[in-house]
Amino acid sequence: MSIGTKTVSGSGLDLARVRADFPILQRSVHGKPLVYLDNAATSQKPRTVIETISRYYEETNSNVHRGVHYLSEQATSDYEGVRKTAQQFLNAADLREIIFVRGATEGINLVAQSYGRAHLAAGDEILITQMEHHSNIVPWQILCDERGATLRAAPINEAGELDLDRFARLLNAKTRLVAITHVSNALGTINPIRRIVEMAHGWNVPVLVDGAQAVPHMPVDVQALGCDFYTFSGHKLYGPTGIGVLYGKSALLDKMPPYQGGGDMIMSVTLEKTVYNRLPYKFEAGTPDIAGVIGLGAALRYVSSVGLENIGVHESAVLAYATSAVSPIPGLRVIGTAKEKASVLSFTLDNIHPHDIGTILDQEGIAIRTGHHCSQPVMQFFGVEATARASFALYNTKEEVDRLVRAIEKVREVFA
Amino acid sequence: MSDLRDLYQEVILEHSKAPRNYRESSAWNRKAEGFNPLCGDRFTVYLTVDGDSIRDVSFQGSGCAISKASASMMTQSVKGKSVADAEKLFESFHRLVTGLGHSNGDAELGKLTVFSGVSEFPARVKCATLAWHTLQAALEGRQETTTE
Repeated sequence: MSIGTKTVSGSGLDLARVRADFPILQRSVHGKPLVYLDNAATSQKPRTVIETISRYYEETNSNVHRGVHYLSEQATSDYEGVRKTAQQFLNAADLREIIFVRGATEGINLVAQSYGRAHLAAGDEILITQMEHHSNIVPWQILCDERGATLRAAPINEAGELDLDRFARLLNAKTRLVAITHVSNALGTINPIRRIVEMAHGWNVPVLVDGAQAVPHMPVDVQALGCDFYTFSGHKLYGPTGIGVLYGKSALLDKMPPYQGGGDMIMSVTLEKTVYNRLPYKFEAGTPDIAGVIGLGAALRYVSSVGLENIGVHESAVLAYATSAVSPIPGLRVIGTAKEKASVLSFTLDNIHPHDIGTILDQEGIAIRTGHHCSQPVMQFFGVEATARASFALYNTKEEVDRLVRAIEKVREVFA
Repeated sequence: MSDLRDLYQEVILEHSKAPRNYRESSAWNRKAEGFNPLCGDRFTVYLTVDGDSIRDVSFQGSGCAISKASASMMTQSVKGKSVADAEKLFESFHRLVTGLGHSNGDAELGKLTVFSGVSEFPARVKCATLAWHTLQAALEGRQETTTE
């Protein structure tokens, strides 16, 4: 397949070079060059991430925060170096505000179980939105059930945008926390986080932001957003699976009880009493995913070297191209048409089930996601069981979009 | 596209567009709901069982072309059969779609052999068997089943 070697207008991104950084893009699927458009599920990994993880196991493998020997000191230094990289990546005020977790799901569960259990009483409320991923619904349902509290969800409109007026009216003196996604995984909608934080803080309500779908596409500055918690997964950001970051304001984290007990999160233990470690270690019980953290560091450096502004401009161009390329296809309905949108093209095609679309596209070497995208309330709102979703990353090209469009035509032929 | 045509045979496409016995039987006495949590496919199978005989079978619900066509053709295949024969037919069908082939003693699949192409698409086996699992649940008196 020919790929554009020129930069996409104004992005400053050398597409051919970027694509060469990802070994998997060289492979074929069902005899056709792979077109990977399932980036919102997980992104592919650049060589630097793969090699950094291999090098760690070949040269530095050791446990962190424990040994006096050389390897342990080196592993600890590399591991803690990534904390600094992550702090800079999010522009967090304090290094102690960066907690390594398994991913955004664990970040949300940590806040629900630690902050939530300490602050939620019967009759209290937690406010989410109708566009949340199940990972930002279920932890709050578990918590609310346990505490006799109520989970409220602010509605969305036909474009898949949050209804800010109704969101504002759902905030009240009983609200204890707002939990909201930065970018919707099913629709691509970008939420106006800064405004939402201002509204919530007007009621003294802290805000947790699920940034899993945002950090791959735009620079995030947690101080500028003003949010109290922000969490993301490494694997959607060209890093390894099983590792992510939870940012929390130190004033809140300091007062929160531990999430899990174990080694590393303690200062001293007797059989009668334990003194917990200081931040951030209080929230990192047990041997962490050291290789994952070090691989995440490589991913953060990679993304920063390409530049998130460049990535955002390029992906917006690809999304705009894709949106206009599919719009003439008869029977195709784009689900999620927010004005502020990132990298997601969700659609349905006549009465053809997305699973059938996915199978036919796969035969053309094109990987997309089909189903409810762990966002069943979104599907219910739009009156569909499922959608087909193409989601773009920094390495996707307009030529790949052209192949997607031709494959969708093929789906229509099969079902004609 | 030869691979795809193996999966999406004309008969399958036709049944998915115009499913047979797509209704709630008027006199059903057994019913089960089948659900595939992976893709959200959901079917209800209604049975009228008289002694050991399946007098009537019908279904309703939503799903992909494979699951809907499979449900439609299943209703045609098991209507009038004994419960034991219907269960034997499911065993044979399961062997067909998982690529285990036909062995002596297997029930004759007849038209259902159009689903043989499914065995080349492992991700779609659950689509082809959802209605059958639901039928089995209804016969065993369970009201719900999932493919997980």
